This record gives sequence, structure tokens and C-alpha cells, in this order.
Amino acid sequence: MQPIIEVRHLGKTYASGFQALKRIDLEIRRGEIFALLGPNGAGKTTLISIICGIVNPSEGSVLADGHDVVRDYRAARAKIGLVPQELTTDAFETVWNTVSFSRGLFGKSANPAHIEKVLKDLSLWDKRNSKLITLSGGMKRRVMIAKALSHEPQILFLDEPTAGVDVELRRDMWAMVRALRASGVTIILTTHYIEEAEEMADRIGVIHKGELILVEDKAALMAKLGRKQLTLHLQHPLQAIPAALAGYPLRLSDEGRQLVYTFDAQGEHSGIDVLLRRLGEAGIDFRDLQTRQSSLEDIFVDLLRARA
Amino acid sequence: MNLYAIRAIYRFEMARTGRTLLQSIVSPVISTSLYFVVFGAAIGSHMNGIDGVSYGAFIVPGLIMLSLLTQSISNASFGIYFPKFVGTIYEILSAPVSPFEIVAGYVGAAASKSVILGLIILATARLFVPFDIEHPLWMLAFLLLTAVTFSLFGFIIGIWADNFEKLQLVPLLVVTPLTFLGGSFYSIHMLPPLWQKVTLFNPVVYLISGFRWSFYGKADVGMGISVGMTVVFLALCLAAVWWIFRSGYRLKA
Repeated sequence: MQPIIEVRHLGKTYASGFQALKRIDLEIRRGEIFALLGPNGAGKTTLISIICGIVNPSEGSVLADGHDVVRDYRAARAKIGLVPQELTTDAFETVWNTVSFSRGLFGKSANPAHIEKVLKDLSLWDKRNSKLITLSGGMKRRVMIAKALSHEPQILFLDEPTAGVDVELRRDMWAMVRALRASGVTIILTTHYIEEAEEMADRIGVIHKGELILVEDKAALMAKLGRKQLTLHLQHPLQAIPAALAGYPLRLSDEGRQLVYTFDAQGEHSGIDVLLRRLGEAGIDFRDLQTRQSSLEDIFVDLLRARA
Repeated sequence: MNLYAIRAIYRFEMARTGRTLLQSIVSPVISTSLYFVVFGAAIGSHMNGIDGVSYGAFIVPGLIMLSLLTQSISNASFGIYFPKFVGTIYEILSAPVSPFEIVAGYVGAAASKSVILGLIILATARLFVPFDIEHPLWMLAFLLLTAVTFSLFGFIIGIWADNFEKLQLVPLLVVTPLTFLGGSFYSIHMLPPLWQKVTLFNPVVYLISGFRWSFYGKADVGMGISVGMTVVFLALCLAAVWWIFRSGYRLKA
């Protein structure tokens, strides 16, 4: 199936000479949730802005559902909804009017039933006649999502959707994103909350200093780069790792009270059984143990550190 | 053509007028009334008519033009500057709208406002001084042409301005002096010969002269020249707007 977004050799150098994107290639699959991760200033927003038509590319091209975003911008943009990072709203407009405005702007005839549904889905219906200036930050964020959904886009960009949003709203938003995906909308979100990508995404792209350093299925990424750790809480602190255990990737922590064993999550043989037997033979007793799988955050930090 | 978008922008801008009714409509009407009281009634009663038109009636077209120019510029420049300032411009830029549709929405709304305002001032003036309009269709045509041209000019200023000070700069330093010196309150024939020549470089002279002709059938410069100069200025503004969207000037990085 043709990807819904095809980014080819996309580069952007700003007038200041700053190279925000360096020949990026990326394909977004129809109907997936794609998370774009990266530290601040990595180029996430520039990439989204070019696709949405807010920034001009310096080189390369982008197709949205087969339409070039520069040459055939009308067809391309009609398919896209954008929720930008900044909370920018027309302070004196009402919720209903600003959402209806967006629908008209995107070339759709008025459809009060659709607007009503969007507002209800986002728990904004009670606020429909409120002026935006009277709403809380979280409510404004919902309004911006409602604006982006007002013209029934097939592709939704969420730029840092949960920055500065409380836990409850974040959960609501995740549920909403899943519901949208179920209805066939492709969702691309940027975030630096790794937890968010881990929770939501089907695939993950990591962007760093204008380069896309990795694109992978989330599950495969976690399996491939994820590591597991076994921590043993020892009865008696150790000064050093006994010679009998040399050759194992072990380290001591908590002043010798803990022994940490790191192993690949996907390996056929974890080696735990053999290790424990060796410990018994060496007379090392432990009173507790725990295993932990590395999070996407650990993977992400490792990736960036490897690049630095 | 994305007519829904033009309508959305137009209605959004007109709604803004509704919300700021006091400053958009009422205050220019009050200030114009003051001009009539001072220049028309108080001073004008001591003056001879110009070209056979009483002074109070003579200044009516000039005063309407004065408001039309300043209001067209301020409406249109604020209309596009504000979304840039608060950031809501992202939505316009990411929407499937062509530059023409954006301009049609913003400039159309700004020009509509100033035409409405011009007509209100005309009605207000009628309360102070009696006058007839010899060529009502030409009068409306001039009103429209001027409103559109100067709304375009305001749109350009709104794009160019990157702070509120600049937004005020051109209207205050350029447009208001040109309007006052453009014959709002006098016939340019009343000036010394040298200044009569100099004043012909002022584009506003042609607007006011043409507009006054549509009222009283008398003009400082030929009607054809008046229309021609206005159209030239309109063309210059259109060219500037075309360049702005082509280059992304102050809109797109």
C-alpha cells in the first residue's frame, strides 16, 4: 500500500544559515500512529511545518496522500490537520465560532452535526459558547485539537500534544488518539515525553540534529535495543566481584550490597540459571532479586549518547 | 477557488468589527462630526465658498476620504498583523487557500468596513450641511476603488510590520500628512504656484479631487487622471502583495 506521507531528501536551511533538516527520508504508513522523538531543537517542528505548508523546504519533496505539498498544496493540505505546539487562539472568539471558522478555511461546507460531534468527543460541548480567553490551558489545547479535526482530516499532526497538560487530560488525549486511529486517521505526534511514545506509537522515529537516526517498529525497537537487568540484593556486601564470576557482565552497586547483571532481552539464553548456580557455588547469598526491562527512555538516551 | 475559506476569513474579520464596534465605527464618526462642527459650522460660516460650493459642503468629500484612507489602512493592517502577532497565522498558512483567497478575505472585509464607515460619515455630514451628489454611481465607484486600494496598502503594512510601533508608523507619518496636504480642506488652486506643482506628487490629491468631482462636478485635476492614478496605485499594491506571497516575505521561513 502506498504510504500516506512520503518525505524525500528533505532539507531545510534557515536564512540564518542554521541547517534544521539534513536530507531526511521518511515514509508514514496509512493508519498508523507514528511518534517522532528528539530533544529540543532537533528539527521535529521544522519537519512538521514543512509538511503542513508553514515553512518552505530548501530541498527535497513531500507527498501527502500522493499530492506534492508545494505544487499541489490544495489537495495535500485539505487532508491534513495540525495541532501546533504553541497555544495560539483568538482570545475573543467563541469555541463554536473558531472551530467552524477552521472548517470553512479548509474548504468544507458548514456541518454543525460534525462540529457538535467533535466538541462532544473532546468534552467541549458545554463550553461551546464560551470565549477562548475564559478557558484554561487544557481546554484551549482541546479547542486546538477540535479546530484541527473540524475538516475531517485523514492525517493529524500533534506537535507536543501533552506538553504542560495534566495527567487526566493526557489520558483523555491518548484515548482520543486511539479512537481516531480506529476511525482510519493516520497520526504523527512529536513528543519528548518518551512515556507517550511508548504508550501510543506503532512506530518510532528518532530525529537528532536534523537527521533521522532511526525509524523502527516500537516493539522491534524495544526488543532489539532494550536490555534487561537482574538486580540481586546481597546478604553480605562484596568488596569486589569474585574471580569465579569473572566473564559475566556484572557490576556492584550500593556499596557492594547489590549485584547487577545486564543481558539482552531477546537472547535465547538469559544465562540467569547458570549465574545463580555459580553464585550458590561461590557461597554468595542474596535475600531479594528483581528484573527490569529498559524503557524507551533508556534506549533513547543510549542512542543519543552514542551519537554525541 | 476555496469560497468557503474566503467567506470564513471575511466573516471572522467582520465579527471583529462587531466586537470592536465602538472603535471601528463610532469613534471615526465622532471625530468627523467634530471636524464639521469646527471647520464646517464655526469657521466655514466666516468663509466664502470655493468654486461656488459652500465651505461646509466643500470639505465633505475630503473628510470622507480622510476616514476612508486611515480606516482602510488600519483595518487591513491590524487584520493581518494580529494573527501574525499571536501566532494564529499558522492556520491560514496550513490551510488549502491561495494567496488570492487570503487577500480577498482580509482586504474584502477591511474595504467593506471602510465603505460602510464612509457611508455613515456621508449620512452624518448631511445632518450638518446640505449638499447634493451629482454623480452618485461615480461616487460609489470611487469609494470602493479607494477602499480596496488602501486596504491592500494596509495589508502590506500589516505584513511588513513586526511590532506595533511600525504598524502605526506609516499611517501616522505618511498617510495622515498626505491626506491633510491632499486638499481635504482646500482646493489646490488656493496654493502658491510652486506648491501646486509639488502637490501633484501626492497621490491623495487625485483621490480627493476625483471624489469631489463626483459630488459637485468640479475637480482640481482631470477626472481621467484621478481614476488613472488610483488604478496605478492599486496595481502597485497588487504587485507588492504578489511578491509577498511569492517570496514568503515575513510569512514563511
